[in-house]
Amino acid sequence: MSYGLGILKGMSVTLKQFVESYTKKGSIVTVQYPEERREDVERFRNFPILVYDEKPEAPRCVACDICAKECPPKCITIVRDRDEQGRGLQKPKVFDIDLSVCMSCGICEEVCPFDAIFMDHQFELSAYDRMESLNYHQEKLLKPNSYLHQIRPTDATQIDAKLKAKEEAKKKTQPGTTA
Amino acid sequence: MFVIWLLVISRTEMDKPETTLDTQMLEVNIGPQHPSTHGVFRMNVTLDGETVVRLKPAMGYLHRNHEKIAEGASYLASMPFTDRLDYICSMTNNLAYAIAVEKLAGIEVPERAQYIRVIMAELTRLVNHTLLVGFLLNDLGAFFTPTLYAFREREKILDLFEATSGARMMCNYMRFGGVKADLHPGFMEKLKEIVENYPRFLDEFEKLLTENEILMSRCQHVGILPKHLAVDASATGPLLRASGVDYDIRKVDGYSIYPRFKFRVPLGSVGDVYDRYYVRILEMRESIKILEQAMKEIPPGEFISKQGATGAKSPRTFRPPKGDAYGRIESPKGELGFYLVSDGTPNPYRYHVRPPSFINLTILEDMCLGCKVADAIIILGSVDIVLGEVDR
Ligand code: SF4
Ligand code: SF4
Repeated sequence: MSYGLGILKGMSVTLKQFVESYTKKGSIVTVQYPEERREDVERFRNFPILVYDEKPEAPRCVACDICAKECPPKCITIVRDRDEQGRGLQKPKVFDIDLSVCMSCGICEEVCPFDAIFMDHQFELSAYDRMESLNYHQEKLLKPNSYLHQIRPTDATQIDAKLKAKEEAKKKTQPGTTA
Repeated sequence: MFVIWLLVISRTEMDKPETTLDTQMLEVNIGPQHPSTHGVFRMNVTLDGETVVRLKPAMGYLHRNHEKIAEGASYLASMPFTDRLDYICSMTNNLAYAIAVEKLAGIEVPERAQYIRVIMAELTRLVNHTLLVGFLLNDLGAFFTPTLYAFREREKILDLFEATSGARMMCNYMRFGGVKADLHPGFMEKLKEIVENYPRFLDEFEKLLTENEILMSRCQHVGILPKHLAVDASATGPLLRASGVDYDIRKVDGYSIYPRFKFRVPLGSVGDVYDRYYVRILEMRESIKILEQAMKEIPPGEFISKQGATGAKSPRTFRPPKGDAYGRIESPKGELGFYLVSDGTPNPYRYHVRPPSFINLTILEDMCLGCKVADAIIILGSVDIVLGEVDR
C-alpha cells in the first residue's frame, strides 16, 4: 500500500517551489503593490479621457453625441455648447462620464469619428462617495495630447499622422471650393 | 489492524437497537452565500442524516436582464455584455456571439482572424480548465494551494489577453467579421513560451493530483452520471464527455477552422467526478496541440474584413437582414449558443443565450441523490458553473 506517499510527493513539489523562489529568476510572481508595479501595457484600457491639442478650451470633441449613443450602459452625458445667439458650437458644454457605470469596454473610443476620446491607463481612482466624485466632468476628463503620447505612444503617433493627413486633404480641397 | 476494525464494525452493526429513535429529515439551504457554491447559488437540500435525499437548485440571484438589455441595444453593444456571462471565459463568449451574428448577416471572416480566434479560444480553455481543477480541489478541502498554482499559470495567459485586447478578463475582443485589433508585437514569443511551459506545469499538477489517494477515494465513483441520462438532459461539454459520449462541437460542427487541426476528444468511462477531472486535464493537453499547430500556420493578413470594420466603426448602421440564426461553439463549459432574430433594425428582435452551465446544472439532483453532503459539494464543483452565465 502506498498510503502516505501522496503527502511526500506533494511536499516535494512544495519544497521545489520554495527553493526555486530563491534560486530561479521569475518564479516569484507576487507583485508588492504599491511599492512595485507591473509593467504598463499600451493597449490596457480603464476609463475614457478626452484629448485636446493646444488648449483645454478647444477639445477635439465636437459634441456629435455618437459615443453617448453607442455606449452600451449609456454613461456619457453630452450637452452641446451654444454661443450668445443660441447657435450650436462644435464643442461640448457638458461632457460627463459616470465612472461608476462605465464598464471600460472601449466602444466610445472605437466609434468616435474625431479621435477625441481615448481609454486611459489610470486606475487609482478611489473616492469616498459613489455619486458625485465618480461622475467625472469635462475639466477632469480633458488631457493634453502629450499625455496620450506618454501612455500610448504607438497609437498616438498613428493618430497624429492620420489627423495631419486629414488636415492636409482639407487644405487642398478648400481653395478649389472657394474659387 | 484490519481485523480490529472489522470487529468494531460488526459490533456496532450488532448493537443497533431494534426500534430506532424517531428521526426526521433535515432541510438545509446551502448558499446563496456559501464559499463552495461558486457564486450566489442556493441548493435546497433535504438530508437524512448525512445523506442527500432531495436537492433542488435555486438560481436567479445574479439575474441581470442580459437578454432584454440586448434587445434594446445595437448588435455590437451586446458584445461587452457577453464578456460578463461566463466571466472566466470572455473570449469564447465573444466568439460564440460573433459567430451567431456573422451567420445572421452573412459576414466572411479573414483567414488570419480565424486563426487568432482559435488561439484565443484555446487559451481560454486552458484558463477555464486550470481554474476549475484548482477550485475543485478547494471543494475537496485542499484549501487554495492548488488554486494558487492554477492562478499563477492563468495569470500568464491573462497577461497575453491584456496586451492584445486591453483587459485581462473583460476582453471585448471579437468583432463581427474579425477581431478588434491585431495581435500585439511580441505575442507569438510569449505564446510560444506558454505553449512550451504548460505541459510541464500540467505534469507537476498531475503529479500532485492524478494519483493522489485522497483525490481518488473522494472522487472515484462519486456523482456518477450515466450516459443515457446525460444525453437526455442535454448535458454538454466535459460533463457529457466524462460520461463517455463522444460529442464535441468542434468536431461535430467544425465551425471556424477547427477541421484543419488534429486533436483528439478525450472521453471518460465511468462518468464520476474523477473522470470529469481527468477529461479536463486531457483536454488541456489537446488544446496545447491545437495551439502548436495554429502557431505554425497563422498567416499574415487582415484581422478584420472590410464590412466588419465599417460595422464596428458605426454600430447603429449595422442592420442584418430579416431572419434568424443560431450560432454555437464548444465553450470550455459546453455548448454555448446564441439565438438571434433580426427584424431588419439595428437591434435584435430576439436575443437568446443557451448557457452550458445552466443546462448542465439541471441534472445536479440526479447526480447527488444518495451521496453525502460533502460529495454534493464536489459534484457541484465538477459540473463547472459560473453564475453569471447561469442567471444571465
Ligand atoms: S467624443 Fe467623439 S464621438 Fe463623442 S461626442 Fe465627442 S467627437 Fe463625438
Ligand atoms: S468605455 Fe464603454 S461604458 Fe465606458 S464610456 Fe466608453 S462606451 Fe461607455
